[in-house]
Amino acid sequence: MSKNNSNTTDWLFEITPKNNLLDLNLNEVWRYRDLLFLFVKRDVVTVYKQTILGPLWYLIQPLFTSVIFTLIFNNVANISTGAVPPFLFNLAGITIWNYFKSCFSATSNTFTTNAGIFGKVYFPRIIMPLSVVISNLVKFGIQLFIFIGFYIYFYVNGASISLNKYTILFPVMVLLMGLLGLGMGMIISSLVTKYRDLRILVEFGVQLLMYISAVMYPVSFFIDKLPEYAWVVQYNPLAYVIETTRYILLSVGNFNLNMFIYTFVITIIILFIGIVIFNKTEKNFIDTV
Amino acid sequence: MNEVILKIENLSKQYRLGLVGTGTLSHDLKRWWYKVRGKEDPFLKIGDTNDRATKGTSDYVWALKDINLEVQKGEVLGIIGKNGAGKSTLLKILSKITSPTTGSVKSKGRIASLLEVGTGFHGELTGRENIFLNGTILGMTKAEITQKYDEIVEFSGCERYIDTPVKRYSSGMTVRLAFAVAAFLEPDILIIDEVLAVGDAEFQKKAIGKMKEISKGDGRTVLFVSHNMAAVQNLCERGIVLKKGSIVFDGGVEQAISSYLAEYYSSENKIIDFPVETSKLSIENINIVDVNEQQVSNLILGSFYNFQLFLRSKKDLRHVNVRLQVFDENNHLITTLNTFHTNNVLNISENESVVLKCCMEKLAIAPGKYTLGIEIFDLFEKSTIYENEKVLYFTIENGDYFASGRLPSPQNIGKCLVEFAWKLNYYDIT
Repeated sequence: MSKNNSNTTDWLFEITPKNNLLDLNLNEVWRYRDLLFLFVKRDVVTVYKQTILGPLWYLIQPLFTSVIFTLIFNNVANISTGAVPPFLFNLAGITIWNYFKSCFSATSNTFTTNAGIFGKVYFPRIIMPLSVVISNLVKFGIQLFIFIGFYIYFYVNGASISLNKYTILFPVMVLLMGLLGLGMGMIISSLVTKYRDLRILVEFGVQLLMYISAVMYPVSFFIDKLPEYAWVVQYNPLAYVIETTRYILLSVGNFNLNMFIYTFVITIIILFIGIVIFNKTEKNFIDTV
Repeated sequence: MNEVILKIENLSKQYRLGLVGTGTLSHDLKRWWYKVRGKEDPFLKIGDTNDRATKGTSDYVWALKDINLEVQKGEVLGIIGKNGAGKSTLLKILSKITSPTTGSVKSKGRIASLLEVGTGFHGELTGRENIFLNGTILGMTKAEITQKYDEIVEFSGCERYIDTPVKRYSSGMTVRLAFAVAAFLEPDILIIDEVLAVGDAEFQKKAIGKMKEISKGDGRTVLFVSHNMAAVQNLCERGIVLKKGSIVFDGGVEQAISSYLAEYYSSENKIIDFPVETSKLSIENINIVDVNEQQVSNLILGSFYNFQLFLRSKKDLRHVNVRLQVFDENNHLITTLNTFHTNNVLNISENESVVLKCCMEKLAIAPGKYTLGIEIFDLFEKSTIYENEKVLYFTIENGDYFASGRLPSPQNIGKCLVEFAWKLNYYDIT
């Protein structure tokens, strides 16, 4: 009987020490789509349970940050935002930056925060970071809403802001931001399981990253002031996405197709590396975490 | 029906001892360097067997070593072994939580594992939301859960609280709800680790019943790991015993259990060192042997045992009285085996060695942990020769005392069992 079976090769699956690096297992992810949805729901529903202001916190944080940025960078440091009201300029940058930041910080802790669940039950691990990116989209949506409110207010008051034909690319920008956060987060999350130092690095690294990502200044301003370090911002895909998003929404700056392609490719590469490392880690991380 | 659904080949798993993190980078680099040159991983060659008690020379141990196993479809397999024998590691590999170091597992069915009840429960969510969340984590789809939702709620007995956040539940209720979700999983292969050790007696009974239904009724393949021998005996047909990462026994569940118990408890049960010297005699040894004269310290309810005393007299002794006493964990006296009660009078001449046996045809003390105490009394001189309330540890496992094929449930036995017979007579009320 066992002879018959060794001849047949109709095994449903096989567990071996090594796996194909690019084995994405999309089938399996699809089979677990309900879980993805429930994780998103859980994240959204539970964050502000037993808080008084609830989802209002989503609005307070970007508003206050924008006010402070406007005071410090525009009023004190005199960074020019052109014809666009500085507050709206900052709010646009912060809103899209926040989406990246929350995706990145949350996914970079995937393995350490979920060690409990991961150690007890199997499901495609990538569901976790994916759910983070999607549930943060809800938060981003709410923040976008407040941005639109201020946009209309400034528009009615005659500020020189307008949409343009590239505005249809807005979802693409959000997607790029999410994928960048996902890719970088997955790389870090995999390394954190072995080298805890990275968690500390990420904490202040994100802060530093914001300063070279053109959140509170136009890219052109940086190139003007620090030409020898311009490459730091120029080739930073995050800075590009933020700059372009501002252009799309406020018509400040310009749209550079070459850079768009560059950013797109970089994002795909980072995501690709992230998935490969993540896949490699998920099999054994429970032994080291 | 005779179809191999799960095949494990040469499965091994290596773990690194000590602080993971220190030196991992250098080892990683070394590994990588060997790999680049096309050589074997240098750290795979070394590695001790997984024996916690002895200090090994290597930083690496084999938690599992060359496991080969075939499981038939519809089989209920019990996996037993000491703590650290590799049971959980095996289950973790089978449920894809961690991957093996070498070897492979091939499966023809979907595996769902139940290594813990209530994985992913979130306190802020209601019972209803948690049923769906937990169910999908365990691999069900939303549609499947919706279909079984009513049954799950009914089985858990939490109808009234189903829309209350789980953090307001008592711990027992949480467990019941969690188990209820798991009980309605329908994978081809179900892996269960010790989850029965939760909830009150009533719920445990319900849980065991449900497990039986799952395995027997629906013909599903089940791998069951437990320290609860009664549950293993009750549920499984086949058993494997793991020891230090290898399979040391594979066969019928009864033999597996006795092989495991004999292995586990053959030594280290003595509290005092023998021989014990007194002025009148020396106690060379005290032990318990089973029907095959094998020394045991884990006894099975309803089986045959001899309690043996090896004595050597230093002078002529007349009218020696020996009393063995069994104490439970709380130091309550459970029963006394006294030579005086059965009119056995012991006379030993000087320098004579004797073995005194107290034979128990059918052990009738309830499952639990016990100590054996002894008193040797000189009735002739009215003086105590030796007295100690704790000379030996032993445990009693549940067994088929009434030879009826039914295991008494330990909670409902009491302290000991007695022989009885039920009769049903009819009488006329005229």
